[in-house]
Amino acid sequence: MRHRKYPFIVGFLFLPVLLYTVLVIWPYIQTFGYSLTDWSGVSPSMNFVGFKNYTALLHDDIFMTALGHNLLLIVLLPVVTIVLALFFAFMLNVGGRGGTGGIQGVRGAGFYKVVFFFPQVLSVAILAVLFEAVYRSDGGGLLNGVLIKLGLENAQQPILWLSDPDLVFWCILAVLIWSGVGFYLVMFSAAMQSIPKDIYEAALLDGSGRGQTFFKITIPLLWDTIQTAWVYLAIAAMDAFALVSTMTPPAGIYGGGPNHRSEVLATYLMRNFLPFGKAGYACAMGVVIFFITLILSVVSLRVTRRERIEY
Amino acid sequence: MSTKTDKTSTIPAQNSPVAPARRPLKEERFADRGGVINVFSHGFLAVWAIMIILPLVWVVLGSFKDNAEIGGSAWSWPSHWSFSAFGRAWSKGGIGGYFTNTLIVLAGSLTLTMLLGAMAAYVLARYEFRGNRIIFYMFVAGAMFPVYLALVPLFFMVKNLGSISPLLGLNSYLGLILVYVAYSLPFTVFFLHSFFRTLPTAVHEAAMMDGCSHARAFFQVMLPMAKSGLISVGIFNVLGQWNQYLLPVTLMQQQGGSDPDRSMLAQGLVNLASTSGYASDFPGLFAGMTIAMLPVLVVYLSFQKQVQSGLTSATLK
Repeated sequence: MRHRKYPFIVGFLFLPVLLYTVLVIWPYIQTFGYSLTDWSGVSPSMNFVGFKNYTALLHDDIFMTALGHNLLLIVLLPVVTIVLALFFAFMLNVGGRGGTGGIQGVRGAGFYKVVFFFPQVLSVAILAVLFEAVYRSDGGGLLNGVLIKLGLENAQQPILWLSDPDLVFWCILAVLIWSGVGFYLVMFSAAMQSIPKDIYEAALLDGSGRGQTFFKITIPLLWDTIQTAWVYLAIAAMDAFALVSTMTPPAGIYGGGPNHRSEVLATYLMRNFLPFGKAGYACAMGVVIFFITLILSVVSLRVTRRERIEY
Repeated sequence: MSTKTDKTSTIPAQNSPVAPARRPLKEERFADRGGVINVFSHGFLAVWAIMIILPLVWVVLGSFKDNAEIGGSAWSWPSHWSFSAFGRAWSKGGIGGYFTNTLIVLAGSLTLTMLLGAMAAYVLARYEFRGNRIIFYMFVAGAMFPVYLALVPLFFMVKNLGSISPLLGLNSYLGLILVYVAYSLPFTVFFLHSFFRTLPTAVHEAAMMDGCSHARAFFQVMLPMAKSGLISVGIFNVLGQWNQYLLPVTLMQQQGGSDPDRSMLAQGLVNLASTSGYASDFPGLFAGMTIAMLPVLVVYLSFQKQVQSGLTSATLK
């Protein structure tokens, strides 16, 4: 039986490893190499320029703006999403009135969970097109329509949203939060349900209120999950490509406007790569994105480490 | 891990000897503190639910309106219910074609992802050989890296594959399928690896004693045993690949005029959004969005328990 083992192993591993090496690992490695050249992507010729692309990045104002936006997203997106998701998850699982005894969620918890998860199953491009319509700059846009209806906005001077340089970034952030909360809510819910009910009941018997239960029991016991969520959200904050490139002006060259006020690294990378033909420069940006992601994951896993509680 | 919401009701029954004594005490406490917060929290939940549902309903209604109604006020009600916008979006807007493209690619990429992912994960989890750890860590490491790191060389890699065979290359179904598979492998292998480890070895050994080959043991014994894990990671991959936007935008551009438009639905919808702005056919755009949304929502609503538990257990592992 033993002699047939190795052909089997090789046979099963060959295709996956080949595909993975050629399409994932090799391009990852190549990017580092190309980032040291002045390659245009069009011609096969390229010159080694050392770290010139990287020093150029430091003096590139648009790149710095984009980087700033990404860093702002990295701070705001996880905080807001996790706070909202935790709050909702707590309400849905243990926030309800204790009717016949025991701990339970509010009424209609199942319904809320299903609805909040909707955005997660819609493709992000659908969300982008959907919110382009929601943010429409006249009374026909849903958001302006609602605000006018509520009397919070003058129908003659509707808010421009996506073409307003001061608002466009926040519009994008809002969509990211809107679509993310449901997923993390379900993730936290699952984790909360694996916490034994006895712990909550014991806390109740000892006279702790809902706030105390939440901060002293739920949060510490969910810490691992929150940490995972944090890393995922930070990685998502480094992306935002689909939303920015479709929702913001100028159309056709991956958005980022008006006046780069919603520019993120991903859109600037794509614009440099395809329309501008600066493949080497774009690769350098890819490397920067990689290092930020790496640092983020390592830091958030190290800094937030706490003792694991077994139950 | 289960996501049963109503299992709380069984808890008091289990604790029945002590429950009657406790009960009045708890009700008292909740009555004390719960009232105001309950209204407050319910309000929050309801507002968020409306914020989710309203835009979706608004889009569906929009596909029955006409241009003037859409531009006039967000609150207008469709004056006559006609499905003509759906027809325009499907044929003239190209949504029908994009839908087919997406189905072709997803059918191919999902089958291959699950097959190759399960094969690699199984061998790595169940067989000792030199290089096992290296290959496993190579797969795991890939899951941590952003796609942007690979994007530029990947574009040229796929372009070069096209010169080997016209079936591969930019704007080809097979090229995109292979890329999807390659980028879904790290997570699939990682997840299924830990899953295969948890399966009992006895069944597999028994099959081998009965003269079963390694490959047959995998397909007929181990795969059926791993069904729940396969479903979890399968759902995860369906949503992940359905959600892709960056890869198709980079790799599925028409190469010259004679090249057929093989855009994915996500891309096609964005194209439709920019062209319908020029052609001012907003009902067509809203209908296109409805067509793209409804099937997923229907599938999700029918399988929501599996989708939610599949996705969360897949990411929590």
